[in-house]
Amino acid sequence: MRPKHKSVETKYMQERQAFYDDLKKLDRRSFLKVSAAAFGAVAAQGLLPPNSFQPVNLAYGASAAGESESFRFAYISDSHLYEKDINDRFAVSLMRAVDDVNSLDPQPDFVFYGGDLAQLGQPKELDLGAAILKNLKAPLKIMVGEHDWFLDMGEKWRALFGEPTESWDHKGVHFVKLLSVIEEDFWTARGMTPMERMKTVAGLDNGVQRPFTVGAEQREWLKKDLAGLADEAPLVVFSHSPLYKLYKNWNFWTDDADEVQAILKRFKNVTVIHGHTHQMLTNRIGNIHFHGLLATAWPWPYAPEGMPELTIEMTRPDPFNPQDGCGDGEVAVYADGLVDKIHSFWNRNPVTVGRKYTLSWGKEAVPPRPNRPSY
Amino acid sequence: MPTRIRNVLLASVCVICAVVVWVAYDHSVAADCAAGAHLTSATGGKDLADAHMEQWKRTNPQRVKDWVAEEKERHAIMPPADNSHLLKGEQGESHSYGRFTERDILIWAREAEKMVVEGSRIFHDGDALGSTVAVSCDMCHPDGSNTHPETYPKFQTQLGRVVLLRDMINWCIENPVRGKRFEPDDAKMRALEAYIYAQRKGTPLEYGKH
Ligand code: HEC
Repeated sequence: MRPKHKSVETKYMQERQAFYDDLKKLDRRSFLKVSAAAFGAVAAQGLLPPNSFQPVNLAYGASAAGESESFRFAYISDSHLYEKDINDRFAVSLMRAVDDVNSLDPQPDFVFYGGDLAQLGQPKELDLGAAILKNLKAPLKIMVGEHDWFLDMGEKWRALFGEPTESWDHKGVHFVKLLSVIEEDFWTARGMTPMERMKTVAGLDNGVQRPFTVGAEQREWLKKDLAGLADEAPLVVFSHSPLYKLYKNWNFWTDDADEVQAILKRFKNVTVIHGHTHQMLTNRIGNIHFHGLLATAWPWPYAPEGMPELTIEMTRPDPFNPQDGCGDGEVAVYADGLVDKIHSFWNRNPVTVGRKYTLSWGKEAVPPRPNRPSY
Repeated sequence: MPTRIRNVLLASVCVICAVVVWVAYDHSVAADCAAGAHLTSATGGKDLADAHMEQWKRTNPQRVKDWVAEEKERHAIMPPADNSHLLKGEQGESHSYGRFTERDILIWAREAEKMVVEGSRIFHDGDALGSTVAVSCDMCHPDGSNTHPETYPKFQTQLGRVVLLRDMINWCIENPVRGKRFEPDDAKMRALEAYIYAQRKGTPLEYGKH
């Protein structure tokens, strides 16, 4: 007897096959079709959040005299792609983010990708990510995360995306991108295979790995790169791990953060934007304002200790909605180098962590507090 | 055979069996033993246990090493309660229950911890969880965080009923992990529960909390 109805699993497998068949012949036109199909089910249930495809209104920012934003870039981060035969869920989420960013009007000046494009650094994972990101309309700047790196120590990533460390100027703001996930060799002595090394680093709570560092070589490079800049120069630094010490057990941590911060100390304002933590995270240490990025793959819990005072947590994610707590966003850059950080949650209202909030040490423009805080 | 001698013989067989089982005790071995009833026959119990152990070592070469120590190095595990205070003070002469030795206390701690460590191993291993999408619990719950075992039983709004911790474990196995649910008395479910509870050591019970 042939079953009258397809099981959920069969439907899922068929949709997944169709999705990848289409992905092979990706050009801009079919991409829109594919991603529309991927969200068809969601939209049909009326669950498509209204905010995803709408320009976000800033409640503040342009209002104060002489303090209007100079330009915007968009962000996408932490997609953790698997090979397509293993898991397509995360690929669908990255496509959703690309769609979100492509529908921003006006388009951002560029798109910044925050690292951990792949889950286990495999060529097929990185290729898939590159194929999806190719569909962005705005230019892409991309940073390394530990999941991209520790299988072949960056060989494939470099071949696809170039240098892991670089700097550039955009509309008067100096941007720096660091490789902040360098770990001391723990694998040789243990006789680990490259995949064992990768999997060790991929486990957030795996205690065999070492803490992340920027390393002496890059710190020297950074000093030289910044040498010509005046103390008032607007400066934005990207690092995959937070450039401060939050929680060592999960590598929400950069071991030589103090040394890097010392290099940044002379500047009037510095913005540091990091991935890795998959959550709304805000901190300020002296002149340095830190912002975390949302992930497209899954949200992390907040660290059990060491939380920065300025952080207003996002509400705990709903396990019954796999994209809750995930999203992408925009960064509005001001002439002084500070930013409004706009988190475009897929399943919630967008939240802005504004320049005024960190500048006033949390007194003004306070973002909404969570209705389900972590415990 | 005179009854007395038979009793003595029976008793010694029991003691030997108990010792053999205790020495060879390991999760998988215990499961094997439970499946093969022949271990209970008096003759050759030790040979059989040894044979089982050999077979287990062949099929689990990676675990012949000290898997408990290895797992503890990889993942932080909350230690079990320290019961050494029971050794202090008078050991009541008239009661046999409650008179413990250092060895008792060591065994309790070691065995309790072993179950928790086994849970940690499964929690961090997509294959052991039967995931079809290579996803394990630690990807969203590092160190068991955000699992809130102390809040069960509670009304899970999305399920529309009161559930226990194991129901939510099974929910996460079926959904984010895309595996098959475990029976409530499955050794893996028991180990997962053990790990999740252990990681919240010190948190007061607060059933029904959201
Ligand atoms: C893709 C992410 C993801 C994975 C993988 C995952 N979970 Fe969850 N799980 C969640 C989220 C999100 C919540 C909600 C957490 C909260 O309420 O703070 C949750 C909730 C839970 C809860 C209930 C927590 C509460 O507050 O009542 C338990 C128990 C749980 N998960 C266990 C597991 C176990 C065991 C596994 C592995 C078999 C697992 N989860 C895998 C995302 C995940």
